[in-house]
Amino acid sequence: MSTDQTTKTFVLKGIGVSPGIAIGRCYRFDPLDSQISFYKLKDEALIPKEVQRFKKALRDSETQLLEIQNKLKKTKITEPVYIIDVHILLLRDKIFTNRTVKYIREQSVNAEWALRMTLDHYKQIFEGVEDDYISSRVSDVQYVVQRILRNLSGEKHEIIWETGNNGVIVVSHDISPADTAQMKLDKILGFATDSGGRTSHTAIVARSLELPAVVGLDDITRFVHTDDQVIVDGTAGMVVINPYPDMLKRYEEKKRHHDAANDEYLKFGKLPARTLDHYQVQVGCNIEFIEEIPSAIAHGAENIGLYRTEFLYIYREDLPTEDDHFNNYRQVVTDKNLSWSTIRTFDLGGDKFSNYQKQTKEMNPQMGMRAIRFCLKEVDIFKTQLRAIWRASALGKVKILFPMISSVEEIREAKKVLEEARLELVEEGMEIPAKIEIGAMIEVPSAVVIADKLAREVDFFSIGTNDLIQYSLAIDRSNERLSYMYEPLHPAVLRLIKNVVDAAHQAKIHVAMCGEMAGDPLCVLILLGMELDELSMNHLAIPRIKKIIRESTLEESKTVLKKALSFNTASEVRAYVNDYMLKRFQDEFILEE
Amino acid sequence: MDGLDSLTETRTLELKNKLGMHARAAASFVKVAQQFDAKIYIERNGQTVDGNSILDILTLACPYGGKLTIRAEGADETMAIEELGKLIENKFGEE
Repeated sequence: MSTDQTTKTFVLKGIGVSPGIAIGRCYRFDPLDSQISFYKLKDEALIPKEVQRFKKALRDSETQLLEIQNKLKKTKITEPVYIIDVHILLLRDKIFTNRTVKYIREQSVNAEWALRMTLDHYKQIFEGVEDDYISSRVSDVQYVVQRILRNLSGEKHEIIWETGNNGVIVVSHDISPADTAQMKLDKILGFATDSGGRTSHTAIVARSLELPAVVGLDDITRFVHTDDQVIVDGTAGMVVINPYPDMLKRYEEKKRHHDAANDEYLKFGKLPARTLDHYQVQVGCNIEFIEEIPSAIAHGAENIGLYRTEFLYIYREDLPTEDDHFNNYRQVVTDKNLSWSTIRTFDLGGDKFSNYQKQTKEMNPQMGMRAIRFCLKEVDIFKTQLRAIWRASALGKVKILFPMISSVEEIREAKKVLEEARLELVEEGMEIPAKIEIGAMIEVPSAVVIADKLAREVDFFSIGTNDLIQYSLAIDRSNERLSYMYEPLHPAVLRLIKNVVDAAHQAKIHVAMCGEMAGDPLCVLILLGMELDELSMNHLAIPRIKKIIRESTLEESKTVLKKALSFNTASEVRAYVNDYMLKRFQDEFILEE
Repeated sequence: MDGLDSLTETRTLELKNKLGMHARAAASFVKVAQQFDAKIYIERNGQTVDGNSILDILTLACPYGGKLTIRAEGADETMAIEELGKLIENKFGEE
């Protein structure tokens, strides 16, 4: 947009967490933005009003700073006063305000967006200054911009996340579930973040939306500015900022290839996941939004193996009503292409509800008051969701999955509340089935140890490998420095999974896996060898997983598993499995190179 | 341009305060410059910036010992250069 910016090409290497290539303009997302709306003005006639709005925010900001300055002068603290002087002078700086007004006028963007562009412009200039002291002054500009932004949002705005007709590539330090909840997901082409690993929130969201993403880039936010051209190569784990023309052309071609290869795979999605020796695995899909169902089916999902319901709760001031739940569940369970839908009950901490935010801050929320623990404490909230699930179960096949089960008591208590909810509904005259399939999510190590006892309480298990690995190996999966230790093929993890499968089969119940591992093509034979009944994964993974299953045999898988279990170390298992799979299924792993 | 335009006063000075043209110094400069009707410019290494813009002055990044030229155009230009010159020579009233 601003032609006065020098365009330098940067290539950064990170972790590719969602395959594919995205080419587009960068949108620098800061958590600050979460309070702010960015949009194009619909009509040129709105420009004068927008300029006025900006100028009013400038005046308000100045008034506030003068007040602060007066207060500080009375306290005789002189040092910070001059900084406020600097800030006031920045607010009055014609060069600064004219640039912003120019952006509003010429680009028809709202004041917030224009300010962001001005800030980015100065960030770039100050970054070029050799003097560290001067270059760090960009923080003063930032401070002033933030104050103006706060004043601009004086009245409560509906959160908008508009970017015009073209989509953007979201670049951020990290992206939280709340951030994605307020983004217009259909405007996003790809993601690139400083932090994160394969199982970070950004990665999961990107895969479920089929958007290319690269995480763990360390400091991409320092190199890129809003509106820069960016290429995200989620297959190779690379990000290019301001590609030169030839490079851009190459990537555009690569993108076409990738998209074609995807279509090639799709036909395997439609086929059953049956081995050459006729062992069949049920393949499900993990979803988070009902909007994902069509692509889940298109990729060959036979059922929804995990419907995450957290998005119904977060980013709203009140609690979702029973009808809010029901309206979502109804759309999942009535789809004729799906043999069933497994709805997982609320799996977050109470801090996600505005009413509960005042609760004591937890030092270790991953092991805190969350998921089933929270639900059993806040029975009313829990029951609202359970009632909606019962009602949905009258319309299609539903399974219910309780997360974070660590003891038999918890599952019994959850079943008790579920039964209470059913009796209430029956009393109210609702026609609902007498029974619903109940499952325990196996993700806490204690649940693995007592899997034989839990198996007598439920109709099925679903192994959540992401948390199971995190809890059993004691690795915080959001800690990038430990990501090398996060290893699904760790001998301990393999034994834990085998334990669960064996216990389930002994009790003659169904056992599924819904963690990331289920969709990892390198792990397929291992899981097949264990005889899991169902693998539920992100839809993109389905065709490839099915293709591998169809080209292998149960017998072969058992041999691979046996060999894998014989090693002492994770790296030996990894080396063996990688080597075996890459040789055995050459065509399936070309994309990885 | 020096001397050719009768409505222009210029002076070249060396920054003697330790931090160079940092935020506080730039703020003092702008405050003084704004007292005059004359347009004030600062030149350094061929780059010219508006003497009334703190942002512009900061982006000049003039360090300790760096030379800059101040230029004023307008009715009170002589006074302006006098005052601004004094400010710089007095190290912006610091130290």
